[in-house]
Amino acid sequence: MTGALSLRSEREEEWRRLERLLAICEKKSPRALDDEDLMALPILYRDALSSLSVARETSLDLELITYLEWLCARAYFFLYGVRTSAAGRIRQFVLRDWPAAVRALWRETIVAALLLIVGLVAGYWLVASDPAWYATFVPTELAAGRDFSASPATLRHTLYDSDSGSGLAMLATFLFTHNAQVAIFCFALGFAFGVPTILLLVYQGMMGGAMFALFASRGLGVPLGGWLLIHGTTELFAIVLAAAAGFRIGWSVVFPGRSSRLEAASHAGRTAATAMIGALVMLCVAGLLEGFGRQLITRDLLRYAIGAAVLVAWLLFYYAPRRPRLG
Amino acid sequence: MRRRLVTPEGVDLGLTLASMGTRASAFFLDLLMMLVLLILVTIAAVLLTRGAPESSKWVVQIIWLLGAFLIRNFYFIAMEMGPRAATFGKRMCGIRVVARSGARLTADAVIARNLMREIEFYLPLSFLAMAAGEGGADGAMVLFGLGWALLFLFFPFFNKDRLRIGDLLAGTWVINAPKRELGVDLLRPFDAAGFYSFTDEQLDAYGAYELQTLEKVLRESQIEAIATVSWTIRNKIGFGDVPDDYSFLSLYYQGVRARLERKLLFGKRRIDKHDR
Repeated sequence: MTGALSLRSEREEEWRRLERLLAICEKKSPRALDDEDLMALPILYRDALSSLSVARETSLDLELITYLEWLCARAYFFLYGVRTSAAGRIRQFVLRDWPAAVRALWRETIVAALLLIVGLVAGYWLVASDPAWYATFVPTELAAGRDFSASPATLRHTLYDSDSGSGLAMLATFLFTHNAQVAIFCFALGFAFGVPTILLLVYQGMMGGAMFALFASRGLGVPLGGWLLIHGTTELFAIVLAAAAGFRIGWSVVFPGRSSRLEAASHAGRTAATAMIGALVMLCVAGLLEGFGRQLITRDLLRYAIGAAVLVAWLLFYYAPRRPRLG
Repeated sequence: MRRRLVTPEGVDLGLTLASMGTRASAFFLDLLMMLVLLILVTIAAVLLTRGAPESSKWVVQIIWLLGAFLIRNFYFIAMEMGPRAATFGKRMCGIRVVARSGARLTADAVIARNLMREIEFYLPLSFLAMAAGEGGADGAMVLFGLGWALLFLFFPFFNKDRLRIGDLLAGTWVINAPKRELGVDLLRPFDAAGFYSFTDEQLDAYGAYELQTLEKVLRESQIEAIATVSWTIRNKIGFGDVPDDYSFLSLYYQGVRARLERKLLFGKRRIDKHDR
């Protein structure tokens, strides 16, 4: 008997068993295996690998070699893809990965925040000097009557009027999904060297600045601040983080530094993605604050206090020094 | 296309990259699946509030808004985080996602590669919608945007590893992982030398590459292919007519394979017929 035949007759039973165990693990979970099978899994995998080596060196049976390659690859990705439970993974994400990813983006975060502020100041300054700019920055559907032709009373009304209860949840959901989609877009556009992200960020700032100029001209600057900041601290922070994540990607593609371009891109992409999921969670919180908090709480001081408290909480969560992990 | 992935045990797994066609069909299957899910969400939302008064209709809208958002952004992410690292469409097409380094596929990589679909797929789509909606004055601008967005869409055609932008940023690639069955060995353990006999020169006409091509022909056993191959081989080795092409090829295969494998045991691998 030649190599392949004896290899098949001696080992085929083991390959079949490995195949069966892998199918159980993939369809249900490794917990569905009993102790004996669980202990056998890595041994069967190494046997299959050694069969593959032997087959490659002694046999020309293409069927056998492709089968073993498939089996070994399948077992490899299962065995070396060590998984933790979903709860453990979420815990690790919240406690470690998420703040760490945000911290790693601190330079980009500062740049993004500055761009937003530049947009804000420019928007305010332009509209304050010539109200005609207002229509350029704030699209009419978003302004919804909040423009220079409106009376101070109407403007005041938009800040404090509370919708009927049923509309709030709807509003919160809409705001969250809309903002989250914009943030994901902002992040993905970072790949185009960050240029579209910059534009989007400055434009967001200008829109805010323009609105502020309008309300300030009617003596409603302080109430508008409360109206925006109760959720705005969270929302703007999240958008800044999404943009920062985008910048990190764009930057690493253009300036990969010491590692290769591909390596730098994939490293940046993974950090940025983690921060991005964090930003989405923040937007969810912001949507709730905006949909419920803002409509139910109508005292300026309380609005400012909530906005500030939430911001401090985020800053502590991200940047407070932690005990270094051992090991 | 083969790519090296050496396991810690020192064996190359010989992975092959999935073709663009396979990946595109997997993606279209996934789009279909997402559409079906969306329809189900809509039906569920409507059924839930059928008896409810008019004032609570907003619940339907919330369910629908959230459902659409989750399906659009998290269908791929949730499925690729599973143990098979493949969406429904990828499973049907027999492909899966793996990390390029061969390390485990982490959640952040899956998230990164799927969030980038935003500019790869949805951006061109929104430009298309714009082009359909407007036309006229802004036409040139929209066309420019579309062209720019299509660059992202066709990115996999411009690199040797067929990476999407998402793959590039996540450090992943997509490989073939179809289900395979182990067929029987064509080398049967009986001595058939009495039937046809081949001289050493006749058996030396081919190398391993031709042998494995012959194996594929025998396994597929299509009559026309077998006749053609049999005629070619008989011409080449100077063999007369045979009553049954299949049994001739099968015996010739066994003869060549036994001879080549014997040489292999002595450390001489003959790659193809030009390799002397």
